[in-house]
Amino acid sequence: MRAFPAEIVLEAVANGLLTGAVYGLVALGLTLVYGVLHIINFAHGALLTLAMYAAFVAWHAFGLDPYVAIVPLVPIFFALGYALQRFVIGPASRGDDSNILLVTLGLSIAIENLMLAIFRSDTLSVQVPYAMEVVEAGPMLLSLPRLIGFGVAFLVAAVLFVILALTDTGRAIRAVAKERVGAALVGIDVSHVYAVTFGIGAACLAVAACLLLPSFYVSPRVGNAFVLVAFTIVVLGGMGSVPGALLGGLFIGVVESLSGLYLGDSLGQIGIFVIFILVLLFRPTGLFGARA
Amino acid sequence: MLPNLSRRAALAAAAVSLAAPATLRAQPAAVKLGILQPVTGALAQDGEYGRLGAEFAINEINAAGGIRALGGARIEMVFGDARSNPEGGVAEVERMQAEGVVAVVGGFASPICLAASQAASRYDLPYLVDVGVADTIVTRGLRNTFRFGPGFGAVTGAALDNLVRINDAAGKPARTVVVVHEDGLFGSGMARLMNTQLPARGFEVLETISHPTPARDMSNIALRIRALNPDLIIPSSYYAEFVLLSRTLQQRRIRPKGIYCVLNGAASNFRFVREFPEAANLVMDVNHWADPRKAKTAELRRAVEAQNRFWLYNTPLNYSSVMLVKDALERAGRADRVALIEALGATTGAFDSHIMPYGPTRFVNGQNQSAQAVNTQVIENDIKVIFPADFANARPVFPWPA
Repeated sequence: MRAFPAEIVLEAVANGLLTGAVYGLVALGLTLVYGVLHIINFAHGALLTLAMYAAFVAWHAFGLDPYVAIVPLVPIFFALGYALQRFVIGPASRGDDSNILLVTLGLSIAIENLMLAIFRSDTLSVQVPYAMEVVEAGPMLLSLPRLIGFGVAFLVAAVLFVILALTDTGRAIRAVAKERVGAALVGIDVSHVYAVTFGIGAACLAVAACLLLPSFYVSPRVGNAFVLVAFTIVVLGGMGSVPGALLGGLFIGVVESLSGLYLGDSLGQIGIFVIFILVLLFRPTGLFGARA
Repeated sequence: MLPNLSRRAALAAAAVSLAAPATLRAQPAAVKLGILQPVTGALAQDGEYGRLGAEFAINEINAAGGIRALGGARIEMVFGDARSNPEGGVAEVERMQAEGVVAVVGGFASPICLAASQAASRYDLPYLVDVGVADTIVTRGLRNTFRFGPGFGAVTGAALDNLVRINDAAGKPARTVVVVHEDGLFGSGMARLMNTQLPARGFEVLETISHPTPARDMSNIALRIRALNPDLIIPSSYYAEFVLLSRTLQQRRIRPKGIYCVLNGAASNFRFVREFPEAANLVMDVNHWADPRKAKTAELRRAVEAQNRFWLYNTPLNYSSVMLVKDALERAGRADRVALIEALGATTGAFDSHIMPYGPTRFVNGQNQSAQAVNTQVIENDIKVIFPADFANARPVFPWPA
């Protein structure tokens, strides 16, 4: 294994943190849906792809900067997520969780192929003037879009935390997550809360998509590249934990970056999945998960 | 007045209908030509540009009076979508054969070309490969299979020789190399070749870095390259990953003395040049490219760009391949598959309606011996040929200015 100068290792760690925050944002939606609905949403990657195409179209057709596109896309994706859960996933599952698995899997296939039919398999990217901007931090060169992504990801997590902790909707979501039947008994509309949660998950993806687009490309299968990492983060951070998702994201980002630096990018993925297995073996509830 | 005109019209119609069978007999039957391209799936972009080249050639041949040796017979295109996989290619060859095509041109990717040409061989159906570079395509002993363009061995051999020449001509500024490659069959094979061949030619390979496809991030690779500080970067990746790599290098202000690609998915692609001109600037590639000195090349390029499309190598390669079939049909004198195979194999330097930068055509076991890849470089937002000198329209900018 090659020894690298300290500033290069430092920069790799910084890169990992910046990338990890966006991973955390992708994982945030996944963990929230799991925590409340107790389902694994296999359509998460496809919804991310859909959001990236939406941000691309906003830029291509309406000249909207990806960061500005966050403003219209968040409510649109919230509504889309809400509707998907309320009118497709919920009714199709007929109350059986294993059905939901298949319904979301089917949804992801449908969305991916719809994107393939509309946009073809080409990779598309936006050209924004700041895409290649760097910020000098001591000896390091940090990518501006990633720094912005890092800041926004934390902001979204904070907003989400406040919503869950302080608002009535948040309390209802937490109540349903803890005890579905009890929540229904005190008058909480469980299927509405499910749909709201799914909507929030989709809205998180819309933000993540807009943060990714300036420095990344979009193709019909691009979401899969992120969603597998997001699964690991959810397991690491604890299923259903918001701070767990964010911190897990940062941690995985650094692991990926360092193992990429030392082992090469092809083997860099190994670090992530070794952690996945170790967590499942020794701490199946994750770092912040509630004890089963 | 009116009935009078009507009678005259009736007479005219009768005259036409009497003459019609004679006219039909004089018009020779159209020659059906199969054009096989992947226009859906992962390779759709390449397939579209291949089809475009074939269409231009067919339209041009028909507009100029068809095939003279066959009494001016027109060429009728029978198009097949290979759907980006070998099975799709084989299925379309079977359909084309049933429709009575005289030959099949295209395939694009090596796996499609391998399978489709084999399927065609069962019917003695001539198959002309447009792009697929795998050496095995022409070494299986199939009589029906021809390739006008160069194979992998010829391309990489020329890539290494030309690198030495370009480096020597510049006073040997480059000695150390980092190879970056995608970890699939194409990239890994290329990396192995570079690792065995470069040291023998006086280069030191500092490190070989692989990455998956798709790759999310190239920052680490950029960091390692910065730590290694090589004179030259040799990447073998597909389009999206190479674009990501070159943009990341640009962002991290990493400027080696050159980036030298071999059969790269992006470096000879105007889409990359148009979308990311700064990242693309001065990148060199060894690839298929049309002969810039031929007037026809400029004419075809204008026609393609007038359709708001990019100028990719698929178009001139397919244009030239269809022209080769036309040339062979003229020499064969009949639209017969076996005669056409004979004529294709006997093609000589007299075939000059192609627009590739090749010497006089000569086929040995189906491979055009004069086919070659050329060195291109992105210079002033254009893709220029910099080597070999006979075909060049620009001088190499190497090493890169500081």
